[in-house]
Amino acid sequence: MLDSLALAVSVPLIGALLVTAVPGRAQGLGLLAALATLATVGLVTAEVWQQGSLRSDLGGWGAPLGISLVADGLSAALLAMAALVALAVSVYATGYFRRGETDTHFWPLWLLLWAALNGLLLAADLFNLYVMLELLGLTAAALGALTGTKAAVEASLRYLLVGLLGSLAYLLGVALLYTAYGTLDMALLGAAVRPEPIAASALVLMTAGLALKAALFPMHFWLPPAHANAPAPVSAALSALVVKAAFYLMLRLWLDVFAPLVTPWAAGLMGLLGAMAVVWGSWRALRAERLKLMAAYSTVAQIGYLCLFLPVLTALPTGDARDDLLVALLLMALTHGFAKAGLFLAAGLVQRSAGHDRIDDLGGTAQHMPATTFSIALAGIALIGLPPSGSFIGKWILMRSAIESGQWWWILPILIGTLLAAAYIFRVLSRAFNLEPTPRRFVTQARTEVPALLLALTAVAVLGLAARPLWRLLGFEGGL
Amino acid sequence: MMTSLLYGGTGVILFALGLWAFLVYEPLLRKLIALNIMGSGVFHLLIAIAERGALPPDPVPHAMVLTGIVVAVSATALALAMGRRLEDDDDAG
Amino acid sequence: MRRAGTLVIGALVGLLALWLLWVLRDALVPTPRLAELALRELSNTGVSNPVTGVLLAYRAYDTLLELAVLLAALLGIWSLGAASPGFQPAGTVLRGMVKLVVPLLILTGGYLLWVGGHAPGGAFQAGALLGAAGVVLRLAGDARAGLPPVPVQRRLVVAGAGVFVLVGLATMAFGTGFLSYPHAWSKWLILTIETAATLAIGVTLAAAYVGGQPQPPSDTDGPS
Repeated sequence: MLDSLALAVSVPLIGALLVTAVPGRAQGLGLLAALATLATVGLVTAEVWQQGSLRSDLGGWGAPLGISLVADGLSAALLAMAALVALAVSVYATGYFRRGETDTHFWPLWLLLWAALNGLLLAADLFNLYVMLELLGLTAAALGALTGTKAAVEASLRYLLVGLLGSLAYLLGVALLYTAYGTLDMALLGAAVRPEPIAASALVLMTAGLALKAALFPMHFWLPPAHANAPAPVSAALSALVVKAAFYLMLRLWLDVFAPLVTPWAAGLMGLLGAMAVVWGSWRALRAERLKLMAAYSTVAQIGYLCLFLPVLTALPTGDARDDLLVALLLMALTHGFAKAGLFLAAGLVQRSAGHDRIDDLGGTAQHMPATTFSIALAGIALIGLPPSGSFIGKWILMRSAIESGQWWWILPILIGTLLAAAYIFRVLSRAFNLEPTPRRFVTQARTEVPALLLALTAVAVLGLAARPLWRLLGFEGGL
Repeated sequence: MMTSLLYGGTGVILFALGLWAFLVYEPLLRKLIALNIMGSGVFHLLIAIAERGALPPDPVPHAMVLTGIVVAVSATALALAMGRRLEDDDDAG
Repeated sequence: MRRAGTLVIGALVGLLALWLLWVLRDALVPTPRLAELALRELSNTGVSNPVTGVLLAYRAYDTLLELAVLLAALLGIWSLGAASPGFQPAGTVLRGMVKLVVPLLILTGGYLLWVGGHAPGGAFQAGALLGAAGVVLRLAGDARAGLPPVPVQRRLVVAGAGVFVLVGLATMAFGTGFLSYPHAWSKWLILTIETAATLAIGVTLAAAYVGGQPQPPSDTDGPS
């Protein structure tokens, strides 16, 4: 009996244990584990594609006594995106880190982070999610400090402390829910939860904790320094995947577990925070002096876009319009995952080649590193939301649904954010394309440049032009 | 009933005290102690709800507390190591 | 200004506490809980201590990941640079006490590991005692806290999660599903997992206390 869900967590875990025990072969074993993990995730996605949803009762106990793993279209799509991004990051890391010191520290932590990410996306048990969140937070903070500079360790320590605060708020919420309903399984809780003070308190505590981890405005202060000072492959993973995992969990709680409790006012508050995150994050990205800092602030804005979906989703009745909006949300998250990972990987190459990443001094980058500049431009297109990127479709459906549900005001932050995004991306490109001789070679180091390029290309072309299967994966009729 | 409320209520108060100290005090050690007090508060609450009068105690929250303690120890250790690394840098530079 | 901020935060946190107390007052009534189900199924787990049953049977997956969390912390500590040199060697009295206490700690750890099957105890308590033995040794002047050489340390710290996940894969391969122990074997499988976990926890805690990247053997006798 092949349990693909359990494998998706245990394969990267075994990889992490192996590279810890045999540090001399960390790179080879690590890459092998990355490929094996991608294969198991492929299996999960294929099974979800065929069967709609999967459930596995670990230990054979089943809910409520045991812990289960579940996968549906939403988790499978994010799982697949995470696996592709993580594979690209792994390949990039083999070229980015020198063999030796950093290399042996990177691989075990990285594979543990991947295991935690998969585990979080598949979890169906609230306390298990707490353990996953902590594993994710600890590995992410440790990886962020790998450059060893004072700024990086300081930022990672703050990230770790803020993450712990968020986890404890989440855990208190879990304790309240167990007090009231005597179960930890998300599906059973979803059926049992009633609109009463204790459930509302749990929702508030858990949402606050997760918003802190997802860097939702105004709790985003820790993100830019932590993401900008980490080594490039780590920044890519933190910005594209780790932040999104916290948002995914928040979405699950709001849509599945606490659905009877969510009032238009509560969803509107989340939308308002999201709108402020979009405007503030994009503005700070425009003002950022360093390329990686710009990318980090852009993540703050992107989390804001995802929160904008909440008030519209709650307002729409079940049906095709809501299904479309859910796919649009997923499309935005996927596109941002690929694009931001590509942008950070490319920014890391610029930084290493130029010795800095000050945007004003990037002159000639297009001539020295054409492939990398092309990646930045492609990723930028996806972040702005120009066609044919996935975020173009995502924003389009979001604006359409906002009007249909009578909440037209959510369009304003989207427009402002898009305009600002265009400004900060073109600011980088205008510096990169100085008047210098035409380049002779497009690619200079395939191992690091190609992953970045492929990620950015996926964000722009693949997701935008081939978004249709997402409807099918989520089990919805229709599509564009 | 009264015992649970007393014990669980103490947990809530510990959580709030820890939260206040975390937000107000700057030094790393105080923040870490504050986080551990918050954690103890949640563990108090979990132990309080495991006890329901004459019935045998509920082992599930007990196990959650044990798991939570190990997680708290790990996180504290990592944070302390980072803090010491920063101090060493200050001494050297 | 700062004082005012402190007061405002204090007032908000106080309100949160009052609100939660009010919520709890109404909630601490006999409500559904998992205890009865957990106790009823206990005979199927192979252990008779309910907490061990939850930790290693019902919610074994949590415990596996918790070992991974512990490992992640140690890996993070190792990545932060070299350990500080140890303390000066212990004086006569302390040395005498260490000679007495460390074997006692190890013995008690072994006892707690065994007794965990049917009474309070188990891998974490036992591992904590092993870790404490390492701390005592380092305080008494052993720079490596009594731990074996680095390559062995690396193998020991992954042993807990490693044995655990391999048991899970083995039960999956034999068709009962991930971490579903066959009934006849469950007691011994749990004991095997707990033994490996105890070793791993003890070594991890002691190594975390040493607090730095394990040095290759040639560097260990540095300045003292």
